[in-house]
Amino acid sequence: MSPRTTTPSQDFLRGVWKENPVLVQLLGLCPALAVTNTAENAIAMGLATFFVLMGSSILVSALKKLIPGEVRISAYILIIATFVTIADMVLAAVVPEIHKALGAFIALIVVNCMILGRQEAFASKRPVGRAILDAAGTGTGFLIALLMMGGVREILGNGTFLNVPLFGPSFEPWIIMILPPGGFFTLGVILLVFAWWEERKKVPVHPRHWPHGVTVQIETGAAGAGGTEASHG
Amino acid sequence: MSERLPMAGPPGGDGDAGGAPPAATPPAPPARPRASSPRLVATLAVAGAVAGFFIVLVHQWSQPRIEAYQAMVLRQAVQEVLGGPERTETFFLHEGGFTASPPAGADTTSLDRIFVGFAADGSPVGVAAVGAEPGFQDVIRLIFGYDPGAAAVLGMKVLESKETPGLGDKIEKDSLFVAEFGGVSTPLQGVKSGRATGAANEVDMITGATISSQAIIDIINHRVQALGEPLERLWREGIPLPARNAGGDAPPTPGGGA
Repeated sequence: MSPRTTTPSQDFLRGVWKENPVLVQLLGLCPALAVTNTAENAIAMGLATFFVLMGSSILVSALKKLIPGEVRISAYILIIATFVTIADMVLAAVVPEIHKALGAFIALIVVNCMILGRQEAFASKRPVGRAILDAAGTGTGFLIALLMMGGVREILGNGTFLNVPLFGPSFEPWIIMILPPGGFFTLGVILLVFAWWEERKKVPVHPRHWPHGVTVQIETGAAGAGGTEASHG
Repeated sequence: MSERLPMAGPPGGDGDAGGAPPAATPPAPPARPRASSPRLVATLAVAGAVAGFFIVLVHQWSQPRIEAYQAMVLRQAVQEVLGGPERTETFFLHEGGFTASPPAGADTTSLDRIFVGFAADGSPVGVAAVGAEPGFQDVIRLIFGYDPGAAAVLGMKVLESKETPGLGDKIEKDSLFVAEFGGVSTPLQGVKSGRATGAANEVDMITGATISSQAIIDIINHRVQALGEPLERLWREGIPLPARNAGGDAPPTPGGGA
């Protein structure tokens, strides 16, 4: 198989929108549900994942000829785990508060199937430049999806966005939105809207051609009370 | 470049319905030659060594920062729960009594400790102690200021908790609840909201976070009980002002550290 020829912008945009890891491929749902209780956490998680994905894709793509096929998954995991450990330590040193809030979910980026999936499906077969574009697209798509969820949940569940209060003191937070069930609610609604949007685009612009019999019936009905009964089979 | 075949592909190649081989036929040779076992091991070994090297580098860079941050958090917490003392000293519980300079050979990292705060005129204002016990989700770790003379809590600050967001985490975010611990007598008694009788040792618990609130109260009560006797002795006999102990744990002085 020769790799499909895609333009650089397609490599990037595919991950952002058309094949968004969370909203379309439904990958990486564990962090998407667990750490999106505030927009801040969502951004931190998205950026950490972006960093890991980018680093791993570059390395896997650059080293693809050196990694024997038999041990490629082990090698990918090793590369991903190294970047995750580095991200974990850097976050702990630079933004300790956020690191505390994300807890174990930073370490769990290792098993995010979105990252391993991009290595196996894309980076290990493509040149470095395209792997970078693909990682940037997928990472951005993940970040956008997390931010959508984190934003909705923080606004509804806490009345703030990025810790800025949006409503007056009389606002009663909808606490369930920042609890685990709120994650499922939000994800469900966002997926629904996303799927509806995709579906809507498929509806043809012109009205459907109804079967003849039905057309007659409609016309007869539209003719009003004085119209004769349509006699169709 | 060549496309890799799936590792567990069916023998004879998929989609080759024509001459379907018997099951015993060995799998078709992969598209690229098999790498030898030593090469596989060597690849992973080298990759592991390189990964380890980078992790060590980052660890060496990040560890001092993480420790400095933790020390700073503790220092600020001591200041907060003691109402901003002029300076603080660390005292270690050794053989049933508090001492600022434990004998040589004692392992200061494992000794129980308190932080004594002093006012500008040198008089002690209270002690701060750390305590931890299980809350609703996980262990809650907190620090509280305590005045042994008046047997009253001076302040409380949660250092670590994973309580439920929006409910249990009010133990640290609800400023009314936190303020309750300023000047309440021990032993603390948690009361549900609206049931307060006005006693000096009552703490209004948070509605919806009874277990978390009770955990805070229990931690403080248990710690006060555990430290009580030596602490009272320390207070009664006057603080033995230490010769500045060099080495060991650096006491969390307000101006200390960068």
